[in-house]
Amino acid sequence: MAVTDAKTLPPETVSPRAADAEIESSVSVASQWQLMWWKFRKHRAAMVGGVVTLIIYVIAIFVEFLSPSSPGVIRADYTWAPPQQLHFFRQTENGMRWDPYVNGYKVEIDPEALRRTFVIDEEQIVDVGFFVRGETYEMWGLWESDLHLIGSTDAELPVYFLGADRMGRDLLSSMIYGTRVSMSIGLLGVFLSFFLGILLGGISGFYGGTVDNLIQRAIEFIRSIPTIPLWMGLAAALPTDWPPLRIYFGITIIISFIGWTGLARVVRGRFLSLRTEDFVMAARLDGASELTTIWRHMVPSFFSHIIASLTLSIPGMILAETSLSFLELGLRRPVVSWGVLLQEAQNIRSVATASWLLIPGLAVLVAVLALNFLGDGLRDAADPYNR
Amino acid sequence: MLQFLLRRLMFMIPTLIAISIVAFVIIQLPPGDFLTTMVASMAAQGEDMDQSAMRALEEQYGLGQPVHIQYLKWMQGIILRGDFGDSFGWNKPVAELLWSRLALTFVLSLASLLFVWVVAFPIGIYSAVKQYSIGDYFATFIGFLGLATPNFLLALILMYIAFKFFNQSVGGLFSPEYQEAPWSWGRVADLLAHLWVPVVIIGTAGTASLIRVMRANLLDELRKPYVVTARAKGLPEWRLLFKYPVRIALNPFVSTVGWVLPTLVSGAAIVSIVLSLPTTGPLLIRALLQQDMYLAASFIMLLSILTVIGTLVSDLLLAWLDPRIRME
Amino acid sequence: MDTPVLIEIKNLKTHFFLDEGTVQAVNGVDFTIHQHKTLCVVGESGCGKSVTARSILQIVDQPGRIVEGEILYHRPDRLSGVGLSEELPSPNGAGGSSSTEIIDLAALDPRGRQIREIRGQDISMIFQEPMTSLSPIHTVGNQITEAIKLHTDMLDDEADEHAIELLRRVGIPRPAERLETYPFELSGGMRQRVMIAMALSCNPALLIADEPTTAVDVTTQAQILELLEELQDDFGMAIMLITHDLGVVAEMADDVVVMYLGQVAERGDVESIFHDPKHPYTQALLKSIPKLGVSRTMQRLDSIRGMVPDPYNRPTGCMFGPRCDHFMPGRCDAINPPAIQLGDGREVHCLLYEDE
Ligand SMILES: Nc1ncnc2c1ncn2[C@@H]1O[C@H](COP(=O)(O)OP(=O)(O)OP(=O)(O)O)[C@@H](O)[C@H]1O
Ligand code: SF4
Ligand SMILES: [Mg+2]
Repeated sequence: MAVTDAKTLPPETVSPRAADAEIESSVSVASQWQLMWWKFRKHRAAMVGGVVTLIIYVIAIFVEFLSPSSPGVIRADYTWAPPQQLHFFRQTENGMRWDPYVNGYKVEIDPEALRRTFVIDEEQIVDVGFFVRGETYEMWGLWESDLHLIGSTDAELPVYFLGADRMGRDLLSSMIYGTRVSMSIGLLGVFLSFFLGILLGGISGFYGGTVDNLIQRAIEFIRSIPTIPLWMGLAAALPTDWPPLRIYFGITIIISFIGWTGLARVVRGRFLSLRTEDFVMAARLDGASELTTIWRHMVPSFFSHIIASLTLSIPGMILAETSLSFLELGLRRPVVSWGVLLQEAQNIRSVATASWLLIPGLAVLVAVLALNFLGDGLRDAADPYNR
Repeated sequence: MLQFLLRRLMFMIPTLIAISIVAFVIIQLPPGDFLTTMVASMAAQGEDMDQSAMRALEEQYGLGQPVHIQYLKWMQGIILRGDFGDSFGWNKPVAELLWSRLALTFVLSLASLLFVWVVAFPIGIYSAVKQYSIGDYFATFIGFLGLATPNFLLALILMYIAFKFFNQSVGGLFSPEYQEAPWSWGRVADLLAHLWVPVVIIGTAGTASLIRVMRANLLDELRKPYVVTARAKGLPEWRLLFKYPVRIALNPFVSTVGWVLPTLVSGAAIVSIVLSLPTTGPLLIRALLQQDMYLAASFIMLLSILTVIGTLVSDLLLAWLDPRIRME
Repeated sequence: MDTPVLIEIKNLKTHFFLDEGTVQAVNGVDFTIHQHKTLCVVGESGCGKSVTARSILQIVDQPGRIVEGEILYHRPDRLSGVGLSEELPSPNGAGGSSSTEIIDLAALDPRGRQIREIRGQDISMIFQEPMTSLSPIHTVGNQITEAIKLHTDMLDDEADEHAIELLRRVGIPRPAERLETYPFELSGGMRQRVMIAMALSCNPALLIADEPTTAVDVTTQAQILELLEELQDDFGMAIMLITHDLGVVAEMADDVVVMYLGQVAERGDVESIFHDPKHPYTQALLKSIPKLGVSRTMQRLDSIRGMVPDPYNRPTGCMFGPRCDHFMPGRCDAINPPAIQLGDGREVHCLLYEDE
């Protein structure tokens, strides 16, 4: 910016450091990713968010092995069974011994509601084991197995670490299976939006002029419509007789159809700003070839911003799916997502009887928080020179 | 200013047309036309529709004619006669169901907007001025939590708490005695007494993001040279803060209405369903589940228009606040 | 002949306390500003010129704080006590008023009443970027009359009148209409004139101008400097002018302070600095003037170093040591050169002159 007059002092007349500066400029390029990493590492919440996100995705990958049971298994005689607390040690004559167990249930009749309810029976003991054999499943649809990380050692006595729903289905297993669906919809939706966003944002930034104008108007339009009613309208149009997988993709497409606008803006803005950014100019003046310029300066900054925006878009997708499924306009059993599970909690009566039905909400909360923290940290780190 | 207003109104026209087209597409999306569905559902209830009535309906909606004719007929009805089509779920003209529900939605959304502003503005200022203080961290944390909690979940939790610990139900916008009563001061007071629960629930996420917006804006402004200029004049810190950076950070804050209002309207829809409030939400979802498309689409269209008008108002407010925009 | 002393800075140290460490932006600076005179401060980017200036008004940015030293303000009698002359001063400018009151600005509470009364009234400041230094959404009139209303008991229309008069003085055409315009409607040069009008609104004893012409084009630059000189004759204030431009120094200065890495390298009257520079850094600066065409790559280097300064890793001994042609191993890297008086108010911080 500074207008430099010929008389202005060039301070470097006295500068043996000139050579250093040259070296510095090449070093600083190589270490841009590293700078970002340093910056990111300082962001404590983002680090925690990153680790939690990683754990959630690992859970999503090993769903079959991690869950004690399958989400579809109905046990009508365990309606709304409350959570059983896992004990690791058992009291014996010679002190505490490693022997995981839970207490069993006994049935009581609720005198007011005239309904059978389960209560924990301290007398009863159900043995729990790690790496137990249980229901068979197909791991990733590839091979059969019946190994579960944790579960009841007795096939006749199911365990409900987080309780059961109206049909006696295990909430923990459902939630673990739901992790895969909810998290993958987020990821898939973001990639779809990203594709749309890159395409339209790129076109917008590349052609400029009328095309840019039209696309920008369209984006503004989509953003000015309240999303949930629109999603509801579109989701309701999905035929009810579609197979679950197709519904899954349909919902993902509907969600990303509205979600792409934010990313398109980021992409366009990045494209535009990249062209004018000072450091690119500096590199140009330096005589570096165009390609090296792009590779060294534009790519890291572009990608880091995009990755940050992608991360920050996932929570919106997850929340959208959760809301739609909760309203019974989204996914349906046998597909389970956290939103599908929350359907069970739709009326106050079931929530009052079985408050654990709200636990899948906690999963949503943790996932969204973790992704937000992670994305925030990434965004800060994407500007390593800022502040 | 008048010119500005006219220009904005002009810009709104294509948006409104686009909204009506989207709504019409939603009507058209389900397989089969609505008359077939209607006949089928009436047949299911053991009623028959006489041929002349069917003819009349076919004529009115332009069924069997090209899609754009149908669209134009629908629009014509709305614009000329305020006729949004019929709801077969209720066997009534949509217009009869629409307005009272819409009015309450409007009240609810507006109240939420006010709530969001009134809460986010001071907290945002505090957070920026006392950056990195305990209060700032606390506000940031609560903000993140508010953003991460889907509002229907918040509604469920509140309902659960109210039910479990206070043995109260928090649903609805009116006490039973005012449910069907005509409007009176008592009914208004009753509405206000019930309104705050959904308003807080709907507003939480918006408040959280606006706190962050205000904080970031103000932090930006606090670093601007004009603050130093004002300080160099000898202005006391507090007067300086409110006259310059806060006042200037207010502009982008006001302009957030553009996206906050749609989220609030969205939130109102879903929270109303959970809390069964007599707004558009519950009716909309029922209409969608029953494929009562004229009703559903009319709701979606009017909610969108409501949002667009709200955004227009905020644009005007912004132009009034910011000479750079007014004179552009 | 020297006029009475206005500001006396003694061993000023202003440091920034960052997470990464402490930046010693100003580290032991001494100099004096005389009434009605112009003092120019020169030095490379980042050497602490702005921080010094801001220290005088106690408006250093947040993690920064004056940690040591005195800034003695010899308050002219006319400013002591409350009321201000409501007329613009008559164009005499000459002679110095005596002063009785001496205030140590460095010891005042930065948010306190006392310093606030001095800001904008006794000492005012104009900045490099006239666009961002004015609020974009307040009218010119509003921003000019603000200080007037704050420091005097003029009523609204009196203040407006005064503002119009000031705008006329700084050469703004149709000043009455300008009161209602916004800064973004003015050109860069006009904005800087508004800034000057604003700064002079209470007839200060000292005007600090921090690179006031960097952001405007060359013609405007000349006009603004000329205006400042004229106004100095009219208003009789002292000027502390911070600049990169030795040409400006030659044109404007009575006295010069050359700064290097937060310290004074050399100071003296403009004649002797230009004709007989003592400090190797000053010599290098002056030598660089004739080299005209060089600049392109050089300026780039400057900007790279400016972006990544290394304020944490200061050299030991003489700050200029690593770049000095006369570096004396064993001495220059061991001793921080003290102020060496060369007579005639000249002072140099270099061990070469230790024996003289
Ligand atoms: N707000 C701040 N926070 C941290 N360090 C600062 C801040 N302001 C200035 N500094 C440090 O103080 C040193 C001196 O800065 P100063 O602005 O006084 O330089 P300058 O001589 O005015 O340079 P320029 O000619 O570029 O205006 C710089 O090295 C800078 O790193
Ligand atoms: S003290 Fe030594 S290093 Fe410093 S300027 Fe003088 S000769 Fe050069
Ligand atoms: Mg400076």
